[in-house]
Amino acid sequence: MSEATAPQRPDEVQVNAAGRAGPLDYHKKLWVRLWLAATFVFLYAPIIILVLFSFNDSKRNIVWRGFTLKYYEKAFDNASLIEAFTNSLVIAVVATAISTVLGAATALALWRFRFPGKAATEGVMALPIVIPEICMGVALMAFFIRVGWPTGLPWPLSLSAITIGHVAFCFPFVAIVVRARLAGFDRSLEEASKDLGASEWQTLMRVTIPYMKPGLIAGALLAMTLSLDDFVITFFTSGPETLTFPVKVYSMVRFGATPEVNAASTILIILTILLTIIAMRLQRPDAELAK
Amino acid sequence: METWRQQPLVFWAFLLPGGLWLVLFFLVPLSLIWIFSFGERSGPVDILITGTLANYIEALDPLYLSIFLKSLWIAAAATAVTLIIGFPVALAVSFAPPRLKPILLLLVILPFWTNLLIRTYAMIAVLRTRGYVNFGLEALWDGADAALAGLGIGALPRFQPLTLLYNDAAVVIGIVYVYLPFMVLPLYATLERLDRAYLEASLDLGAGQIRTMASIVVPLAKPGIVSGVILVFIPALGTFLISDLLGGPDSQLIGNVIERQFKAANNWPLGAAMSFILLYITFGILALRSYLGRDDV
Repeated sequence: MSEATAPQRPDEVQVNAAGRAGPLDYHKKLWVRLWLAATFVFLYAPIIILVLFSFNDSKRNIVWRGFTLKYYEKAFDNASLIEAFTNSLVIAVVATAISTVLGAATALALWRFRFPGKAATEGVMALPIVIPEICMGVALMAFFIRVGWPTGLPWPLSLSAITIGHVAFCFPFVAIVVRARLAGFDRSLEEASKDLGASEWQTLMRVTIPYMKPGLIAGALLAMTLSLDDFVITFFTSGPETLTFPVKVYSMVRFGATPEVNAASTILIILTILLTIIAMRLQRPDAELAK
Repeated sequence: METWRQQPLVFWAFLLPGGLWLVLFFLVPLSLIWIFSFGERSGPVDILITGTLANYIEALDPLYLSIFLKSLWIAAAATAVTLIIGFPVALAVSFAPPRLKPILLLLVILPFWTNLLIRTYAMIAVLRTRGYVNFGLEALWDGADAALAGLGIGALPRFQPLTLLYNDAAVVIGIVYVYLPFMVLPLYATLERLDRAYLEASLDLGAGQIRTMASIVVPLAKPGIVSGVILVFIPALGTFLISDLLGGPDSQLIGNVIERQFKAANNWPLGAAMSFILLYITFGILALRSYLGRDDV
């Protein structure tokens, strides 16, 4: 690389010297700016319109007729929608807890040990991430039906099949995030801890896990967003009597778009965006928790 | 790194929970439908494993084959569009000043964190006949009409809204909308690492911007382009929600057919065979990438 050349970032130097865009200032070219603006309009306009029209006082969802919160009231009065939303949140929380433990343990095993078949293990771990979701969805559906996974269980247990499916595709993501964090860990800290008489367990709890913490939090938030965002796996693993948010919204959309769907969607959008922003702040290298 | 023999108990305590979960709730279900793909229905819920290849033969009969080809074609078209839209975006982000970069990156990533169903649903309101694209076009049309009338040239015919929804184009637009971040991020990751000295050298030596792009930037960004293409193409190929909600009666993709075999049509062996054809295509693409990746390094 070119450490020797004085202007490390020629783009900035040229701007500062000449006060105008240099040849590599692509972000300053008019067509690139228009392109960026158009792309962001394309990405955001549909979501912003969806959110705006959840406050629109009109059944038809087409022209603006004034501000109202009545569709939020309707959404909150809709018992099956609330049930679906609660179920999806419970699934997300439980799947996140299990995924974080499994992902962290797997990351530790892969980071710490050499073992035969390691490359194959890593390959299989990546599979739930790379294969088309529908293949995993139908496989889980067939599996749960064929093993006679009990249906009609009392409430939290009735969500077990969906939760298990969510863990299966969430925990490999957690493992990746945690392992990336562990890559910067100085193993001599563990050795020092053991030399000073700490047991394997004490070392894990007092040295390794505190270091992993930002990775664990980021991984947990990632798992939670993935679980809340999922449609395909939930759609295929939902039994006839379990109501989940995506499946409920899907049937509402199929019967026609209503402002109520917009209101429910807006709540979920805000929830996931908040989670994402927290996760990003925690993943920044200078975040408080990294210290 | 130590070998697992030094601390076998610790090793198994770490690896076993995740490993078992993956085997039980991922590999076993996949193997189960792999076995079903060689079976035939012997009753409403019974599947007899006979080792037959009939499901694979049926999955490739002209009707389903044309749906496979159509899925490949739509996924390829959508991937090409994301590449064309995403490349300048990634370029602008990677050359942006450091204080703008995180904001631009966040703007690219945020929509990806919104539920797939919600984003697809949001697209309906934009594309439908009485949707916002048509409203915008109508306003432009009326403006042009008024301008022409003002000039005394005559009037335009009445505005006919475009049918943007329930066709293949809507499916392509939906896939582009949903998977664009998957293209921009790997492109950004390679463009960010690009040694700017090469670009300066090219420009100093008299090559224009276009030639510099074509012979310096694009070849150096190849690993990112390959990753982005794969990250968009694979989920696009298996999509069923986007084609289900935005497509028309003839925009059925292979994902929709698989879904129907497992739900309404209740023909698991055929659906299983189709899923595995889809998986084999995925593995083929991944193998091709690692093969191509070898001469990049």
